[in-house]
Amino acid sequence: MMRFLLLFSRQGKLRLQKWFTPMSEREKKKIIRDMTTMVLARQPRSCNFLHWKDLKVIYKRYASLYFCLAIENQENELIALEVIHRYVELLDKYFGNVCELDIIFNFEKAYFILDEFLIGGEIQETSKQMVNRSIEASDMLQEDDISEWYEVELFG
Amino acid sequence: MSDVVEKTLTALPSLLSLDSHSGSTKLSSSSKLGNLIRGITELTSKHEEEKLIQRELASIKEQVSSPNTSMRQMKELMVRAIYCEMLGYEASFSYIHAIKLAQQGTALEKRVGYLAVSLFLNESHELLLLLVNTVLKDLQSTNLIEVCMALTVVSQMFPKDMIPAILPLVEEKLTHPKEIIRRKAVLALYKFYLIAPNQVQHIHNKFRKALCDKDPGVMTASLHIYLQMIQENPEGYKDLTASFVTILKQVVAGKLPMDFNYHSVPAPWLQIQLLRILAFLGKNDQSSSEIMYDILEESLRRAEINHNITYAILYECVKCIYTIHPKSELLEKAAKCIGNFVLSTKINLKYLGLKALTYVVQQDPKLALQHQVTIIECLDHPDLIIKRETLELLFRITNAQNVAVIVEKMLEFLRGNKDDYTTIDLVGKVAELAEKYAPNNEWFIETMSTVFSVGGDTMQPDIPNSFLKLLSEGFDSVEEDRKLKLFAVDSYVSLLQGEPGKLPQRFLQVISWVLGEYSYLRGELDAATVLRLLAKLLDTKSTSSETKSWVLMAMTKVCEGGVGVSVAQEVCETYSSSLDTALRQRAQELQHLSQDRDLRAKVLPREAGSEPLEVDSSLSFLDGFVSEALAAGAAPYKPHHQRQEELAQAKALSMEPYGLPISMSSCSIADRQSPTLLSVSSGLSGDSPSLSQKGGSTTPKLDGVKRVWGRQGYLVQTEPVEESDLVEVTGPLQSPNQQAGADGPPSQTPTLKPTPQPEQEKQQLASSLFVGLGSQSSLCLMGKPEATTQRFRRKAKGPVLSSSTGEQISNSSVSASSMANNLLCNDLLDSNITSETAAPSLEQTPQLSRDLPAANGACAVESTDRDVKENSASLIGDNRLVAADPAPRGDRGKLKDFSAHLPAEFSGLCHSDISPLASNQSLDVSACHVQKEDSLVLVVFMYNSSDDAIPHILLELRSDELEVSCEGDSPVEEARSRSVAVCQYSLTVKKPSVHVEVAGTVSYQLPVGTSQSVQFSYKLPLTSFIRPLTVSTEEYGTMWLDFSHDTKQKLTPICLGQEPLMDTLNVLKKKLKLHVVEIIGMEGIVACRVLRDQPCLMHCRLHAGALSVWLRSPVPDLPDCLMYHCQRALQEH
Repeated sequence: MMRFLLLFSRQGKLRLQKWFTPMSEREKKKIIRDMTTMVLARQPRSCNFLHWKDLKVIYKRYASLYFCLAIENQENELIALEVIHRYVELLDKYFGNVCELDIIFNFEKAYFILDEFLIGGEIQETSKQMVNRSIEASDMLQEDDISEWYEVELFG
Repeated sequence: MSDVVEKTLTALPSLLSLDSHSGSTKLSSSSKLGNLIRGITELTSKHEEEKLIQRELASIKEQVSSPNTSMRQMKELMVRAIYCEMLGYEASFSYIHAIKLAQQGTALEKRVGYLAVSLFLNESHELLLLLVNTVLKDLQSTNLIEVCMALTVVSQMFPKDMIPAILPLVEEKLTHPKEIIRRKAVLALYKFYLIAPNQVQHIHNKFRKALCDKDPGVMTASLHIYLQMIQENPEGYKDLTASFVTILKQVVAGKLPMDFNYHSVPAPWLQIQLLRILAFLGKNDQSSSEIMYDILEESLRRAEINHNITYAILYECVKCIYTIHPKSELLEKAAKCIGNFVLSTKINLKYLGLKALTYVVQQDPKLALQHQVTIIECLDHPDLIIKRETLELLFRITNAQNVAVIVEKMLEFLRGNKDDYTTIDLVGKVAELAEKYAPNNEWFIETMSTVFSVGGDTMQPDIPNSFLKLLSEGFDSVEEDRKLKLFAVDSYVSLLQGEPGKLPQRFLQVISWVLGEYSYLRGELDAATVLRLLAKLLDTKSTSSETKSWVLMAMTKVCEGGVGVSVAQEVCETYSSSLDTALRQRAQELQHLSQDRDLRAKVLPREAGSEPLEVDSSLSFLDGFVSEALAAGAAPYKPHHQRQEELAQAKALSMEPYGLPISMSSCSIADRQSPTLLSVSSGLSGDSPSLSQKGGSTTPKLDGVKRVWGRQGYLVQTEPVEESDLVEVTGPLQSPNQQAGADGPPSQTPTLKPTPQPEQEKQQLASSLFVGLGSQSSLCLMGKPEATTQRFRRKAKGPVLSSSTGEQISNSSVSASSMANNLLCNDLLDSNITSETAAPSLEQTPQLSRDLPAANGACAVESTDRDVKENSASLIGDNRLVAADPAPRGDRGKLKDFSAHLPAEFSGLCHSDISPLASNQSLDVSACHVQKEDSLVLVVFMYNSSDDAIPHILLELRSDELEVSCEGDSPVEEARSRSVAVCQYSLTVKKPSVHVEVAGTVSYQLPVGTSQSVQFSYKLPLTSFIRPLTVSTEEYGTMWLDFSHDTKQKLTPICLGQEPLMDTLNVLKKKLKLHVVEIIGMEGIVACRVLRDQPCLMHCRLHAGALSVWLRSPVPDLPDCLMYHCQRALQEH
């Protein structure tokens, strides 16, 4: 099971945080601090896996943005790395050539995508098409709420 | 794709220049959020940022609470609040508005509301209760997107207590026509299963439906639940093995829709999930493992594309192959695969290779030998993570010959390490190795000194404790003991003469204790010198007051002679006026004892550490004091929770008239043995009206209504009886030494590649690191059995209990069998023969695992097998139906024979079916359990199917949950040819669990000289241990108040006739052997005990068609387990 996912910039600014298990504010702050210092201190071309307490931290850098995913000890590190990559692909498909600014200004969208992809610390849907379809269907919802058409699109 | 992203991202000039951007970015950068973000990036100091955010928060706060704010604006405000929280500023005022937005907004706003809720709150937040209604409404919405949102939020966080409110709605969604809804419903149930497994007990068969869903996405989602359940109880799901294998086969063959592909690999996440499930199912189970071999081989073969994702699958595959029952060809392939990982130039793969080696090396130490060059390179790798993993690997292959080199490497790493967690972990490992394999005294003491200085005050407290225990208890040889102690004294004296201020407190405490106890051994060392050294510690500023206490204690032990006493006196003067009471106490002791030599010799005799202390846990020596105090009018003692309860009761307004005052004289304490029993007489304290009423049962009732039930359950009416013997704490049982690692097959011939000329130095290191890994001693590496060469062997101490004798026996058997295994391993040819001949005779075992639960009558698998098969056919096609069929059952004719061997004394008692557990070419092991009134006896039958008599059979049993004691005289048996040997063991529950398991090993020597062993495990439900507990209603009342662990749940009662409560209780009584104490109207009280003497009480109340059951017990987990069985019993009825 995954425990948390953090996105932060090269300067250590948090861009997105998702906690899959209940955690106090103090713990969260400590983890964010630990993660940024640990990950930012890594040399290029070193291993993408780290130990933190009893968890394993898998991180990957995409341009100026670090994706940092903590998993439980018995989980598979390589697949966690691919979880990160698939998330980036999903963001890319949604935003079209995603960049850090897209995530900064539309972070709620990034959360929506994440919620369709992972839930409660487990993979929910791995298909790019499916995730995108459900996000777009929700995006199209109108105030007056005549969404039947989109539902057909999404669920049909 | 990632390249594209990286390019686009790097192509951006900088994130500060936001002027010209297209698309969505531009749109929102003009919004308020955009302004805020831009504002922040333009700032230069943290202080300015804080000011800006506070201003922003104030403005958000004002707007959210304004009645004129529309939901649309609210949505925008919420996004800004989320942003502020992400920056680390609290916006708790907005939480309630987030809930409101989720409740009242239209779908688009609702989505943001739910998102905000899921980011702001966590499971335990009280505001979450307000969300329940919204979720309920949305789950019933006709708009599918709203249903999705509700399910999404539910599977992220939901208050545990409110699950029953929405559970039916979520369950209903499992049959929804849209797969996305079904999938989300399954995930929501998975979440419920994680946080409250009891709540979803009844829908297990629906999980099966989900597993067979025609949509692969829903099936994948259900695997999360299965992985969890199988991990907890693999035995219960063995029948699904074939189905999982078939699913995996289809996935690997690419039968799933293209949508599931990831970089042209079919559904890798699904594959990995299945492999993990298979590993759990195949562990220690040959028949299940055999079903998997083909697909595992296929997976290994298919994963050939050079991409991370295929390596991920390979890694999982290798792990699975090494976990399940071994097959030599597969192991060979897996080993090759690990080799590829280790030798890879990609650092991530190298890391995983090392990890896999660490995992595998317990079964196959030769593999480490093959890769010694790489391992040594990794030891000097610039990346600390790799280094750390290598040390982990070395830790597993440590033996008496290479311990010094490996420990040195570990200490080297520790000295440069800054992470506390790693230090604690590694220090513990060094200490373990040092204790196990120390080559000599000097090395041991020096290594432990380094451990203490490096480990500092963060290390596990049991390291210094066990070190001191080791010193004081001593070893087999008295002379060695003395030498070790002497060396410790010498080395600590020289440490104190150096710079003791730099040493950690824990270490100083160890030093003081050792000097206090043993400095007299060094005859030429003057007591005054030691005292001065210790006194110097007291003067050091950095010494904590706890350490000072240790130092003063040590001084009390050594102060002797004229100079000594004067040093002591000096110290006393300083500390007898200390503000710290503990220190003052120690100083006083020192003062008095240093002056009175005889008294000191009596109070602190030398070598006292080695004599066991007897603790009078009932504090009976205080009885006189207590009765005096009571006679003088003191209130009797009440345990903490009782005081709390009374306090709670006292706080409520009392509408009842005051009871009659009770005079103390009515409370006689003359015949009490222990003051703890006084607690039960608290009803007499007379300070709260309702209590005095309870106590006043002999006095006239003041109101006509009899109060039987109070808020805490049944109220005490008369003085209760003693119950101290019921809450007896079962002592920890030493589970016999693990021999688990040794059950692997004899390893393959080591194909040592010639090392490609590493430098001299490395070769030297290699030879020192991997010494002892050769065949002659290879088996002592496996699973780390107690090596016979172990230097520091603890003496068996204390009264010889059945469990401790058991341990000794098993100790000796372990070493015997590991020696025997060595022989096998040396003679590889021989071992091949034995493993081959073992295979055919195991043919009848496939059914065992299946029969076992059924035979015990408790973990009957849901009887939906058939519809599972039907459904699964739709998913994967027709051909798999055959595969999912249970394996043909072997004939049970032979099993019947055993019942004749059941010892005569059990003939009238009820016993379970005799189930076969394991067998090899010469021995079949079967077992059953017999329920006696006061015990549960496990009877193990060993049938010698060979033509030769087996002279010495050694049977060991171990269990985490149970205490096992041998019934007969000795567990060693003899089995004549074609006859049965029977062993009996009495089992009692140590740690309650829904199902408990005993694992066992039968080891014996064949006449030819080779030794053999058979492993088995026997599982039985907790219900076999339940016996009725006959108590009166009054006794029940007292016990109820005293028990601290409880659980509550609503169950469905059974309705046969007029009285559902009576019927339900009768069913429980019959099935679980509970004792019904009393039934009053719609309430009933029931009692039982779990062997031996762990009481559990049940209170049930029928209300509005549901039965609220409340279980209490002094034993943790027991109420939960019993609740499970009650639920089960009622369902099955």
